[in-house]
Amino acid sequence: MNLHEYQAKALLSGFNVPVATGLTITHPAQAADDQLPPTVENKWVIKAQIHSGARGKAGGVLVAHSPDEVREKAAQLLGKTLVTHQTGPAGLPVHQLLIEPASTIARELYLALTIDRQAQRIAVIASTHGGMDIEQVAADHPNEVLRLHINPTVGLMGYQARRLGFALGLTDAALKQFPSVLRGVYDAFIRHDADLIEINPLAILSSGDLLAVDAKIALDGNAAYRQKALFAARDVTQEDPTEVAAQASGLNYISLSGEIACMVNGAGLAMATMDLIQSAGGSPANFLDVGGGTSTEKVAAAFKLILANPRVTAILVNIFGGIVRCDLIANGIIAAAHEVGLTLPTVVRLEGTNAAEGRRLLAQSGLNLIAENDLAAAAARVVHLSHTSKTQPVQTKGVGA
Amino acid sequence: MSILINQQTRVICQGFTGKQGTFHSEQAIAYGTHFVGGVTPGKGGQRHLDRPVFDTVHDAVRETHATASMIYVPAAFAADAILEAADAGIEVIACITEGIAVLDMLNVKAVLAADYPEVRLIGPNCPGLITPGECKIGIMPGAIHLPGKIGIVSRSGTLTYEAVAQTTAAGLGQSTCVGIGGDPIHGMDFIDCLALFADDAQTQAVIMVGEIGGNAEEEAAHFIKEQFNKPVVAYIAGATAPTGKRMGHAGAVISGGRGSAEDKFRSLAAAGVHIVRDPTTMGRAMAELLGTARV
Repeated sequence: MNLHEYQAKALLSGFNVPVATGLTITHPAQAADDQLPPTVENKWVIKAQIHSGARGKAGGVLVAHSPDEVREKAAQLLGKTLVTHQTGPAGLPVHQLLIEPASTIARELYLALTIDRQAQRIAVIASTHGGMDIEQVAADHPNEVLRLHINPTVGLMGYQARRLGFALGLTDAALKQFPSVLRGVYDAFIRHDADLIEINPLAILSSGDLLAVDAKIALDGNAAYRQKALFAARDVTQEDPTEVAAQASGLNYISLSGEIACMVNGAGLAMATMDLIQSAGGSPANFLDVGGGTSTEKVAAAFKLILANPRVTAILVNIFGGIVRCDLIANGIIAAAHEVGLTLPTVVRLEGTNAAEGRRLLAQSGLNLIAENDLAAAAARVVHLSHTSKTQPVQTKGVGA
Repeated sequence: MSILINQQTRVICQGFTGKQGTFHSEQAIAYGTHFVGGVTPGKGGQRHLDRPVFDTVHDAVRETHATASMIYVPAAFAADAILEAADAGIEVIACITEGIAVLDMLNVKAVLAADYPEVRLIGPNCPGLITPGECKIGIMPGAIHLPGKIGIVSRSGTLTYEAVAQTTAAGLGQSTCVGIGGDPIHGMDFIDCLALFADDAQTQAVIMVGEIGGNAEEEAAHFIKEQFNKPVVAYIAGATAPTGKRMGHAGAVISGGRGSAEDKFRSLAAAGVHIVRDPTTMGRAMAELLGTARV
């Protein structure tokens, strides 16, 4: 789960990471004169709170020189949809703004902590090239992206922080403050089950002090049970509504742009099914993993998600029965199909225990369910049906069979 | 022969009396696994599925001489269960539990590396492992397997079953199948399994099933090129999956921009691996490869 910048800064501030005093608003009027954070030279930065980087280029970060201008710019931003290279073409809605005093920056650094799956450790990544796309920096100047790994048994060591501070060319106040900043970020990472904490830029102000000018935090969804307060602050307006609904039903769904919906048990098999649809000349409308225990309720919820997408012209259900018997799964599919009024052509491939009985049940259901036992044939069939179905009038949610 | 487990392996279950533990223990017993008991704290002394229940893994090991454990405890307690098994002297630990916090697994890995380097951890978030006809530790359907000569190692659960069903249909059978799991921090990797398959006389060839993300497949390709001499067929799922929506870029920097299906296919092909792009042809490709390969 992603946090907004203002949430990330509030969290980091609790670990003594220096951040500016900001004001978070949902309406321009909340930026009243006496509420605005004090500035030295009447200069504020207004930042759209969306779950994406590269907001500046998308017009999501504005500067104002008076309280009136702050409110004017805030009115421009609130309610807008911002499109960045990380949001996809649909963009993300701006419902909240963070207003901070502008700071005078001398240098910009990059600092991040994340899980390095190759090293099986938390990695610290730092660079003197702050304020820009770190992927580009890594490509252009691979030697100027510094990395170190932390052994969880002892945690971040003082020498590691000192070494990094010297390697970043810090001096004076910044050099002194850096170990405490890194310590704070590390403690926040550990205490709150982060997947990623990225401070870009970590600024050296003209005063010589360090300041986290932007901050991104992503949390480990598996740790939600012990990070209840943070997960309660989740902003679902920044997520795909279908994906949010899927999660609530215990399904793993990702919207794609094609026409053939698929419902599969297992993430790997779901990706393989998408690959097969593509190689058969079709285009998948979604990734959908219904997980191991495929109950009627889950299958019904999955059909509902699929049918909510108006582009879908055909459906491929691919279940490797495993230990759950295929006749039970077939009955679940039939019940769910009745419940949602399924009329779109649906190819069902069932494999595993009692597969033949499952296929017989599907064939006799009286529904538009086509049983296939060969996966490649099932993919070819659904692509063919999709093309046929496309030439007919658009089918909306059908009536119950 | 086989790798990791065979008919002599004495198996226990942690989370024995729970719903999942009960169901899959029943399945393991029905399959013929040498299943000697289970652990549920507070229920020691009882009997369950006609097997003894112990309060601790240490008790279970002392009384039953178990060497392998399958773990079905809830995610919040799984790290504890893995380390308890390791400390009690269990050699092969299959953690089926999904949803374990990443930081828990980081700690588990660090402790295993330092204090229990000989322990073989499979998973978490995996189907487990099976030596067909001998020992089943996990949630895979036993009936699709056939004792035979193909080693299977896979990051994906149900896709492993595809490879199994196809090699069974082709009459090749399997020596041992290991589902290593899809979590970012996990136990045995492709290379660990390949190294064991290399020394196993029963295993004549290996099917490797990978997925996009990370660089375990690229590392395996390097290993195969340098020191693995048996034929390998590989499939990577996710060629058509779109790049995930990411909030930051630090993860991508770590992987050096690698991890796409094409990168993995390319690395594996360059290592002499027979790659298949159609997941329904893994068994057929292997049969053809073994029919023509020098054995």
